[in-house]
Amino acid sequence: MVVEGKGKISRISGPVIRSEGMSGAQMYENVQVGEERILGEVIRVEGNDAIIQVYESTSGLKPGDPVFRTGQPLSVTLGPGIAGALYDGVQRPLDKIAAISGAFIKRGIQVPPIPIDKKWPFIPSVKKGDKISPGSIVGSVQETPLIDNKIMVHPDARAGKIDWIIKKGEYEIEEPIAKVVHDDGTYEVKMYQRWPVRRPRPYSKRLEATTPLLTGQRVLDTLFPMAKGGVGAIPGAFGTGKTVTLHQIAAWANVKVVVYVGCGERGNEMTEVLIKFPELIDPSSGRPLMERTILVANTSNMPVAAREASIYTGVTIAEYYRDMGYDVVLVADSTSRWAEALREISGRLEEMPAEEGYPSYLASRIAEFYERAGQVTALGSPERTGSISLIGAVSPSGGDFTEPVTTHTMRFIRTFWALDASLAYSRHYPAINWISSYSGYTEEVEKWWRQEVNKDWADIRQRAYRILQDEDELKEIVRLLGPEALPDSQKLTLDLARMLREGFLQQSAFDKVDAYTGPHKQFNLLKVFIDFYDLAQEGLKAGVSLVDIRSIKLIPRIMRAKYDIKEEEQDKLAKLGRNVSDEFKKLSGEVVN
Amino acid sequence: MSNKKGSSGVEYSSISEIKGPLIIVQGVSGVAYDELVEVESDGGKRLGRVLDVGLGIAVVQVFEGTSGLAISSTRARFLGRTMEIPVSQGMLGRIFDGVGKPRDGLPEPIAEDFRDINGAPINPQMRDYPTDFIQTGISTIDGMNTLVRGQKLPIFSGAGLPHNALAAQIARQATVPGKTGDFAVVFAAIGVQNDEARFFQKNIEESGAMKRSALFLNLADDPVFERIITPRVALTFAEYLAFDLDMHVLVIITDMTNYAEALREISAAREEVPGRRGYPGYLYTDFASIYERAGRIKGKKGSITQMPILSMPSDDITHPIPDLTGYITEGQLFLSRDLYRKGIYPPIGVLMSLSRLMKDGIGEGTTRGDHQEVSNQLYATYSRAEELRALAFIVGEASLTSKDRKYINAGSAFETRFLKQRPDEDRDIEQTLSIAWDILSDLPEDELTRIKENYIKQHYKGNKQKEGKEKS
Ligand SMILES: Nc1ncnc2c1ncn2[C@@H]1O[C@H](COP(=O)(O)OP(=O)(O)OP(=O)(O)O)[C@@H](O)[C@H]1O
Ligand SMILES: [Mg+2]
Repeated sequence: MVVEGKGKISRISGPVIRSEGMSGAQMYENVQVGEERILGEVIRVEGNDAIIQVYESTSGLKPGDPVFRTGQPLSVTLGPGIAGALYDGVQRPLDKIAAISGAFIKRGIQVPPIPIDKKWPFIPSVKKGDKISPGSIVGSVQETPLIDNKIMVHPDARAGKIDWIIKKGEYEIEEPIAKVVHDDGTYEVKMYQRWPVRRPRPYSKRLEATTPLLTGQRVLDTLFPMAKGGVGAIPGAFGTGKTVTLHQIAAWANVKVVVYVGCGERGNEMTEVLIKFPELIDPSSGRPLMERTILVANTSNMPVAAREASIYTGVTIAEYYRDMGYDVVLVADSTSRWAEALREISGRLEEMPAEEGYPSYLASRIAEFYERAGQVTALGSPERTGSISLIGAVSPSGGDFTEPVTTHTMRFIRTFWALDASLAYSRHYPAINWISSYSGYTEEVEKWWRQEVNKDWADIRQRAYRILQDEDELKEIVRLLGPEALPDSQKLTLDLARMLREGFLQQSAFDKVDAYTGPHKQFNLLKVFIDFYDLAQEGLKAGVSLVDIRSIKLIPRIMRAKYDIKEEEQDKLAKLGRNVSDEFKKLSGEVVN
Repeated sequence: MSNKKGSSGVEYSSISEIKGPLIIVQGVSGVAYDELVEVESDGGKRLGRVLDVGLGIAVVQVFEGTSGLAISSTRARFLGRTMEIPVSQGMLGRIFDGVGKPRDGLPEPIAEDFRDINGAPINPQMRDYPTDFIQTGISTIDGMNTLVRGQKLPIFSGAGLPHNALAAQIARQATVPGKTGDFAVVFAAIGVQNDEARFFQKNIEESGAMKRSALFLNLADDPVFERIITPRVALTFAEYLAFDLDMHVLVIITDMTNYAEALREISAAREEVPGRRGYPGYLYTDFASIYERAGRIKGKKGSITQMPILSMPSDDITHPIPDLTGYITEGQLFLSRDLYRKGIYPPIGVLMSLSRLMKDGIGEGTTRGDHQEVSNQLYATYSRAEELRALAFIVGEASLTSKDRKYINAGSAFETRFLKQRPDEDRDIEQTLSIAWDILSDLPEDELTRIKENYIKQHYKGNKQKEGKEKS
């Protein structure tokens, strides 16, 4: 890094320091603080002074200690070697840090984000004379068995022609692999590029999100679907299931790359991913899921300024893979901790606070983050589309959804998975409240479901939704007058709602079979419930008693179907459906006789 | 002259302001952020720490408070190091004050090493996921909110509830079936009454565990601002035991509410913008710097299991103290005043309680294959029973179906037979699961949809019971 000059610390207050002698310093410029050269970033410039947030502990720093300039904004290194890594909030690989400082993270360690001495098998995809524009692909590297890393020209590079391209072979990332000529000169292309995290990577066109992001979680995919390139939030009080749901999405989502940002949360939760994902096998390729996953971990006890940066580090990495033409999902747990980091830094800057001490720019920061989602046509050639789906956990204080982070987030997302503490207390997992949650993508993804799964999808989904809503209204009457006040047909609605809740909505993340339900099984399973309901209502009309319906021996089997019947055994669901209808035929037959 | 060089560090008498727990020292140079400070006045020495430092000015927080300090007669000596404590095996069996000085009248143990009380964050890459089942002998914990080695599981309590008895029972009875290893208890009292601390001390002594224990006591009449230090001192010692001496350490910290209040007072004195209910915006981060000091580390034999106790102001679980704790810890044991009033000990409100690490600590090979499903079914049963109980209260039990009434009965049986046990009753996991099946067996078999059929075949006692009754 170029060191252009040197300032001097004049004040230290927690993670924020002030430095004198910083004339010419730019906003968001990286600096190195003290003789240990701890990483920091300029977050305000006042005359010749710069205010700097420091990414490691400031304990022991003194006024008068030097501050080294770099002239560069906070950036990440994008190249092969990212997939499968565990980074801290400023892209330092935590395994390399562990190799240096052991179990505990020491200060001032500088390690390259991706290995510089590893040879990658490069395969060129252009030849001399080919036209090149910013973002164009010149070749590829098998980064992991799951990811074919496309080597791209820097998005800010000039358009030109390939003057020279290296032949197929194994190279380190610092070796030039191509040379481009343009009207005013030439430049070299390497297998990696640097990108400032706070600046969104450009693309050529934004597309509409129309394919579902399938997560294998029934309540999400069927009732409140997310689209590839979409934005969603999952707010909930502590212990309601944000992390488990995000882990499930990271494990099962039908995407190429997963970026998991652990932002101010528990160390053990990152460890859990590190242990489980190498063991979880991607069903379509038979490879460990870790090969498509990148973890950015800034746990709650790690420095708070790096927590603020971790979100940007994560989303920039996601954009890099999007630009290759891949579907990426980024889950951030939790955006509230990121907002708190903003609040803490803002407090140290003695800025005028808005609600609950949060800075007035909280809303615009949240908006900017979610704005980096989307399905796009990437820059350059060949033409390709990629997407980033962004899903953020929100941890409202006191579980109160009217607090600033939740309310601002709601303005910028379209899928809202509201976790409900009372559902969690009764161990209804995922504790997603079906009345207050919503999805703005249902109509967009309907076509896909109709074509790929079943033409009746929207109808069956709507019926289930209706039963659950009816229950919500009927519950009020029951609460006042008791269940006997209802006619049998409404009692049946209540029964069905309960069956749906327990047999369809509830889904254990820890049961081998139940953890994942593919779209076909989701539909077929739901249809068994809806058919049961229709047959039961007809039966009632034909004179079958509610008592007889309630004692149908197949009910426990329907309830257990979610984990008794495996993905590949869906004929059993069809059979179960037939048994149900036979049973009702028998019952109505008895009435007639 | 306002400063002179002492044996260690530089001394200043240029205090310009004293407010709350803070003193402001002028004309300083070479002072480091977070540096330890000795504040001397006619009344003796106190310790402090640099909270904010600029050119020629430092804000120092005095742990023992500033009462009795005068601007003219106070001197501040900057010690050139951050706060460290001596650690050694010889500290086991001893009682210390809230900053780690002997309180038992014995000499200071000989230091084997010095450690920064703030510790350093554990690298997530180096953590080992906690999976060793701790049998506490308490059915609600072992059966439904299992504790594992290296977990941080707080007790959310309220004024007058028996959290101390519960924590003491856990400390006495905790074993890891089939595993051996050195075991130690570190107890940190933060602003608690003398008799509470004595209760623990007596308990530990009576169980013969004193030689494997260390007590750090900041009592109600001890300096308020030392409360910031006490848990850190205790955890620094616990880390030494766990990761240098390979011991399995249970750390009990009580009461985190007093800790948070001390923090709030300092924040107010610094005129910081408050977050919710006057607590500083960084309360979460500050709590995390304590609670995250639990766990296991790859390649190390020992572990730190944390059991912080906090009292919820007005029994309100949404209050920032329990709220932010719950957001960091790996579950919580919630004490319910209703159960307590019913005379049930331990009054653990299972629905509001949670152990997030349970799933990996139980099952075939550690406890029993049916454990998770039995627990799920108990939860479902009890929450349904509670719901129906509330309904019956309004519409009368007569308007409920016979199945509903079975649920209500199962709910009561759950409270009186499964939940309730004596403070000296140590049930092994087989006993716990057997009681659970007794309760579940009073429900029709078809209701047990959370349990796989093979386990029902193996353990369900319902049909047999019914047959027996019919014969007699
Ligand atoms: N789908 C699920 N299947 C089974 N158990 C679940 C599921 N979702 C949540 N749980 C249970 O709930 C517990 C808490 O979930 P989780 O850790 O995801 O909560 P959280 O919302 O992330 O809480 P916090 O805000 O404190 O991090 C889990 O440990 C698990 O026991
Ligand atoms: Mg979580």
